[in-house]
Amino acid sequence: MSSVQKAAAEDLASPAARTPRAHTTTAYVRYGAGKVGGAAVSLFAVLVTGFFLFRLIPGDPVKTMTGGRPVSAEQLAAYRREFGLDLPLWQQFTDYCGKALTGDLGTSYQFRAPVVDKIGEALPNTLLLTGTAFVLYTALGIVLGTRAAWRHGRLGDRLNTGLALTLYSVPSFWLGLLLIIVFSVGIGPIPGLFPTGGMESGGEEGFAYVLDVAHHLVLPVVTLVAVEYGQTLLVTRSALLDEMGSDYLTTARAKGLRDDLVRRRHAVPNALLPTVTLVFVNLGRTVAGVILVETVFSWPGLGGLFYQALSVPDLPLVQGLFLFFAAAVIIMNTLADLVYPLLDPRVGR
Amino acid sequence: MSTQVHGRGLSGPRRSRPRVARLTAVVGAATLTLSAGLATPLNPAPQQASAADSKSVLTVAVAQSVDSLSPFLAQRLVSTSIHRLMYEYLTNYDPKDNHAVPGLATKWEPSPDKLTWTYTIRSDSKWSDGQRATAEDAAWTFNTMMTDDGAATTNGSFVSNFRKVTAPSPTRLVIELKKPQATMTALDVPIVPKHVWEKVDDFSKFNNDKSFPVVGNGPFVLTDYKPDSYVRLKPNKTFWRGAPKFDELVFRYYKDQDAAVAALRKGEVSFVAGSPSLTPAQAASLKNEKNIRVNDAPGRRFYALATNPGAKAKNGRKFGDGDPSLLDERVRHALFMAVDRETIIDKVFQGHAVEGEGYIPPRFSQYFWKPSASQELAYDPAKAAQLLDQAGYKKNGSGKRLGKDGKPITYRVLCHATDPNDKAVGQYLEEWWGKLGIGVTLDCLDNVTDPWLAGTYDLAFDGWSVNPDPDFVLSIHTCAALPATPKDTGATDNFVCDRRYDDLYARQLAEYDPAKRATVVKQMESRLYDLGYMNVMAYPNAVEAYRTDQIKSIQTMPSAAGNIYGQDGYWSWWSAVPAASDGSSDDSGSTGALIGGVVAVVVLVGAGVFFVLRRRSTADDRE
Repeated sequence: MSSVQKAAAEDLASPAARTPRAHTTTAYVRYGAGKVGGAAVSLFAVLVTGFFLFRLIPGDPVKTMTGGRPVSAEQLAAYRREFGLDLPLWQQFTDYCGKALTGDLGTSYQFRAPVVDKIGEALPNTLLLTGTAFVLYTALGIVLGTRAAWRHGRLGDRLNTGLALTLYSVPSFWLGLLLIIVFSVGIGPIPGLFPTGGMESGGEEGFAYVLDVAHHLVLPVVTLVAVEYGQTLLVTRSALLDEMGSDYLTTARAKGLRDDLVRRRHAVPNALLPTVTLVFVNLGRTVAGVILVETVFSWPGLGGLFYQALSVPDLPLVQGLFLFFAAAVIIMNTLADLVYPLLDPRVGR
Repeated sequence: MSTQVHGRGLSGPRRSRPRVARLTAVVGAATLTLSAGLATPLNPAPQQASAADSKSVLTVAVAQSVDSLSPFLAQRLVSTSIHRLMYEYLTNYDPKDNHAVPGLATKWEPSPDKLTWTYTIRSDSKWSDGQRATAEDAAWTFNTMMTDDGAATTNGSFVSNFRKVTAPSPTRLVIELKKPQATMTALDVPIVPKHVWEKVDDFSKFNNDKSFPVVGNGPFVLTDYKPDSYVRLKPNKTFWRGAPKFDELVFRYYKDQDAAVAALRKGEVSFVAGSPSLTPAQAASLKNEKNIRVNDAPGRRFYALATNPGAKAKNGRKFGDGDPSLLDERVRHALFMAVDRETIIDKVFQGHAVEGEGYIPPRFSQYFWKPSASQELAYDPAKAAQLLDQAGYKKNGSGKRLGKDGKPITYRVLCHATDPNDKAVGQYLEEWWGKLGIGVTLDCLDNVTDPWLAGTYDLAFDGWSVNPDPDFVLSIHTCAALPATPKDTGATDNFVCDRRYDDLYARQLAEYDPAKRATVVKQMESRLYDLGYMNVMAYPNAVEAYRTDQIKSIQTMPSAAGNIYGQDGYWSWWSAVPAASDGSSDDSGSTGALIGGVVAVVVLVGAGVFFVLRRRSTADDRE
């Protein structure tokens, strides 16, 4: 080690140099631990709530499941044993918690399959749809929101904001049906370009399969993006408008920076915090599926599965999905909390 | 604000990179959209019947999810309909008049004491893996259902009266009964291959949906399945009755009925049945469409209003809280007579139904019964009011009829929240019964099963699909169908328990002569009508539609004017003949897609050029 390096090392190791960084790191760890601990408590609360809440639904799930067909008392008892419904409530609860910790969410009444398998079947489909839409509507919302704020009050801003607000208020299933009629069936000179529903035609393999799924993906994604981008646009626009009068932007302009650079490199990063919150909340929501859009486009995702589970009601499936959705939102919110101090050091101090 | 952020801005990339990135994004988006938009239309939809590669595919839109592909577990119509195609049953129903015709069995014969049935099993039926289907497979299927609770989940009731099932030879199946049973030619049980299914460990969990093709001996072989997406079947080329004509049969899942109708209009599916029927508006919109035929067929369902007769269990314990006034036959008849069925047909079903009378719909002509003129409880509000007066339920000063407790009568009517017909008829009931001085509260619920089983209702909207053999819908009103105790679940529909009806039920079940049995069944319907517990208001039609440019002909059931989806048998899909492949619909689809593609290219390229030029022209200003 050269003398210069040695001096530098000693300098870093000296109390005077170490204290501020150590302080910041400790504060962040304490802050992070608090957030993670809070998330764990929330998850447990969800576990408890989910279990007891769905047991408040009146009626006997086994009777509901077998209603309308001849079932002997012995068969009913066998069903209750099979699904553990003959045990006292506290024992059902401890069994449920114990199994949930090992990833076993029980067996669906109606599909006679493990809940985890049913979620596993539908999750990739939901992530493909909502994930694609999420990336697009977030990007679109931020870009258009930034532009609208930067040129606020002008015709472009008014048009942009007005369109976003209109689309944000449109019921997604209605817009979906409209898109099916116009772009799937075709109207007048507009030909039917896209499939009316489903995720695939079936029987395709390799690249043809990828193209086929992409083809099916277009309309549901367009519907979701159209309905969702407005929220990001409005939040971004509002946050950026708050920053617009700041002195540092005037300074940046005074230095002769291009307007484009002032916006992208100075104003936007400082106005991002509310948008980041929204992005993480939306990211948490992406796993929950979108019941209406999935229904209109017959997309085989988690939203539709949840609807089917509720209509029986298929208790293990409802509970499992409830836990899964809640966990996703809690985890994403926690991640957002952990990211904030990195974006704005004042958070978490 | 942090100066670090500003610092990043100062050292950031100059203008060339973002512009390139944007241009790339525009071109990329255009390419992706076009590739997605054009990929399939230019390569004609594989699901269309007359595709360019001449493979004929019959695509059926279905709304229900498959619950299980195991015939021992499946309960939903879509699943059992698919099992009908995959596996042979012992017998089938003639599409003309529903009489029993050969299936896996070619002949059947009861013993003189009526307790033993011997079936001759055909020797020309093979499993799709090449092995011969024998009596041993049938015996194993029934014995498994008799001994394993899991395997009895769906069809357990069919074997509950079986004492013993044996297969003395590959072509002889012998079923011994505990007591005579006239329904032995209507055993709707899929026979599965023993050599495949005997390897299953737990029948309550095996869903038969992991290994394809699924071994079967029906007209179709199931080759692929994706939950909530599709079920694909190929014709069984060695099917004893002859192979189906289409090269492939696909059941595609459409959660939204309007989307399914749009798919039919586009030609993406060949057939739409709705769930259970197309709405009058959908039928009307499809009626004048080119290449589409709407099949408005007499249905197999009845639509009724059931009265709570005082819920009770077999052990005599009463439960529930049905209004006591309904225990009076005169009150039930009065409610019957205050329902204008003609208005219900015209206004609610908009003509897509027939006025209800007896318990079994007219399409089952053998068992169809009508009340005589003297017996008929025709629409007559004045007579209804008279009957209520006679029963002692008089109107008070404000026009409300009072119960025995002195309080105004208001009936709770249980209705299905998802059925618009229930709600519409409910509105009429409020009006008609309101004029009689009786209040109505509509309890429209997602889950009607719980209050129904608990007997906590006064009246309920009820409906069943009737099988060619009416045993099941008749059995649900016998005393034997009541729950053993209030805590159990019975097979009863509506807690009706009448000794005279029960005696008739026992007689028809032991009567092997079809004509004599039909006579007894009609007597049962007459008794049920007189009791006034079930007001059959309508027989809704089966309204469905198909593309005539994809399906040239298809067997309805009954042949003269019947339905296509959910038949008793595999007749429709087995008989369907593809329309001659002139490729017209595909050509137009491809041309349309090509035009659309060109338009999209022009729009996207134009937008890209505009975007770039605009940025270039304003770049200096922004500097």
